Amino acid sequence: MTGIGTRPGRPLPRFEALAPARLDDAQLRRNLGKATATIRGKRQTVVDELPHWEALREEGRAAKAAVLAELDVRLEQLEARVRAAGGQVHWAPTAADATRIVGDIAARHAAREVIKVKSITTDEIRLNEALAARGIVATETDLAELIIQLAGEPSSHILVPAIHKNRSEIRELFVARLGQGDLTDEPRALAGAARRHLRAKFLSVPMAVSGANFAVAETGAVCVVESEGNGRMCLTLPRVLVTVMGIEKVVASWDDLGTMLQLLPRSSTGERMNPYTSIWTGVTPGDGPEEFHLVLLDNGRTQVLADSVGRQALQCIRCSACLNVCPVYERTGGHAYASVYPGPIGAILTPQLLGVEQADSLPYASTLCGACYDVCPVKINIPEVLVHLRGRAVERQAAGAGTHPYPRLERLAMRLAAWAFGSTTRYTLATRVARVALRLLGGGGAVTRLPGYGARWTAVRDLPPPPAQSFRDWWDART
Amino acid sequence: MRVALFITCFNDTLFPDTGKALVTVLERLGHVVDFPAAQTCCGQAHINTGYRRDAVPLMRRFVDVFAGAEAVVAPSASCAGTIRDLYPALANETGDASLAAAVRETGARTWEFTEFLVRRLGVTDVGAYFPHRVTYHPTCHSLRVLRVGDAPERLLRAVRGLDYVPLPQGDECCGFGGTFAVKNADTSVAMLGDKLRAVQATKAEVCVAADNSCLMHIGGALHRQRAGIRIAHIAQVLASTESERLA
Repeated sequence: MTGIGTRPGRPLPRFEALAPARLDDAQLRRNLGKATATIRGKRQTVVDELPHWEALREEGRAAKAAVLAELDVRLEQLEARVRAAGGQVHWAPTAADATRIVGDIAARHAAREVIKVKSITTDEIRLNEALAARGIVATETDLAELIIQLAGEPSSHILVPAIHKNRSEIRELFVARLGQGDLTDEPRALAGAARRHLRAKFLSVPMAVSGANFAVAETGAVCVVESEGNGRMCLTLPRVLVTVMGIEKVVASWDDLGTMLQLLPRSSTGERMNPYTSIWTGVTPGDGPEEFHLVLLDNGRTQVLADSVGRQALQCIRCSACLNVCPVYERTGGHAYASVYPGPIGAILTPQLLGVEQADSLPYASTLCGACYDVCPVKINIPEVLVHLRGRAVERQAAGAGTHPYPRLERLAMRLAAWAFGSTTRYTLATRVARVALRLLGGGGAVTRLPGYGARWTAVRDLPPPPAQSFRDWWDART
Repeated sequence: MRVALFITCFNDTLFPDTGKALVTVLERLGHVVDFPAAQTCCGQAHINTGYRRDAVPLMRRFVDVFAGAEAVVAPSASCAGTIRDLYPALANETGDASLAAAVRETGARTWEFTEFLVRRLGVTDVGAYFPHRVTYHPTCHSLRVLRVGDAPERLLRAVRGLDYVPLPQGDECCGFGGTFAVKNADTSVAMLGDKLRAVQATKAEVCVAADNSCLMHIGGALHRQRAGIRIAHIAQVLASTESERLA
């Protein structure tokens, strides 16, 4: 499956080409429908408990927008604080730089194996593949990440990467890949099997690689939130800890982190408080890793920052509330997006990180229904950015770039319509022609078959019988 | 009040009865309706498909045509939403400050029909009679762009003879989405299927909404399946009386 950011010039497959197979997968539809409905319900309950939720959202938005407006200053502040606390900081302009930095650290410690947690940013840079090329085996320790790693599949959800799998599918996978023959599909038994597999890793592997949810510029503290405790093991047991963090994850202050830690769990898992919140600052002799490296990843983010409309995508705190309410995501799942970041946030983030012509079907993978904007804890106006990116996709298509299957035909149709609507005479004529054509096609009744792309409409829908008289004609005759 | 009707190109061409019904209701309430004949299309499809520059002349035209109107009222939440929600950014892109100001000012006077009745005119009982079992699909743009809230339900509940049934999961998108219905036809149909099941579960005779575009999508499938449920724009329900049925 295609990751993002490491294959310049190779565009993602189009959403509408990948969606049908997912829509036909009855097990997937059932799993996703059930899981997203459950999370949506939980989120709504805990959000409704807070009378000041809207004020909190605004606080979150403002904090993120402010830090993005002075990102250079805040990142240098973070770098200085981390160094002062005994950590090392690396700047990675590209995915290749980041994977090289992580690989070099592993090589220096002769680590043949690394354990991982919070892996979406490292999925973005395809770290596991890069490490494998250097003979280093990476093991995911988040239960869901482990499941999809064992299945050889990419994540299909930001927070619940194995949301597309149910427990009987997971049991089959564990039986096949972990050699646990007498396993039942009880959640407790499945978690136990994963625990036995992972505990051995936690106690023996010398190096961990993590992502980060937040980093606090004023203190140099880095924060990872998780629900299993596997992250805590990863972050504390190995001798060496490397955290790969997108530069947009920095927050200015401890207070801002407080805001985020209120917004995130309610939005993501529907919990009032996150179960395991690990926060560390540099290294502490005799306690936890002896060496800490923070890799600050750009990989397209400064280019997103340069777009005054699109930059709000960088406010994202990866809660995935937008995925859970998205009627498109709920039906296709994450894999149809062919992107590490799926769903509404992926549809605005991936095209910006990659270059819009590399992923120009994603901004169209939405009805612009607006449900995502309503739940976003940092108020990213996702529909606004989708429409903005559609505009940029069309600009790139006009320059001959992109993956649109019939860009010239669409452009011609849109130009013609705009020209026709530019004068009342042309408008009246054009709409009359349309009405007459529909009457001919329908024989005076409902239209059941349209030619060309219209056939996609009439495949499952009729058009009502077109009226003999337009409103305009009626009005003229009336007065 | 003098109300300028923004019929929208889609309703002008395919659903003229909706426009007639809107005129009927407003005149019944004692208002005067104007129909500025130079109006054409707001350019929503252009903007939402990415053809922003092609929509600029249509935006200029809209602002000119409706300059000075006391209130601009449209029987479409998504077209009214275009004026209020999409035009300001498009106008800013042109760098024309006077256009941007005119757009904002026009947007403040532009209303979707049901919110105009309830919010601006303060009316919920428009004297309608419609003896049918009705469910209402709150379209995404009416709910989440214009925030019309419960205005349409309040209007429907005040209609004599009308048996109102709330639509389960009503706030979920029907899958129309303009060009989405054709570009992502398979996903659109998957969403539509769930919406149809919800509509059928209400055992309503008529599915009502404030947008004929979403209704054409829902109604087109109901008709294909011979589901025995018809669609009607809310204006046509509100225009219906004991003596005249308009939906």
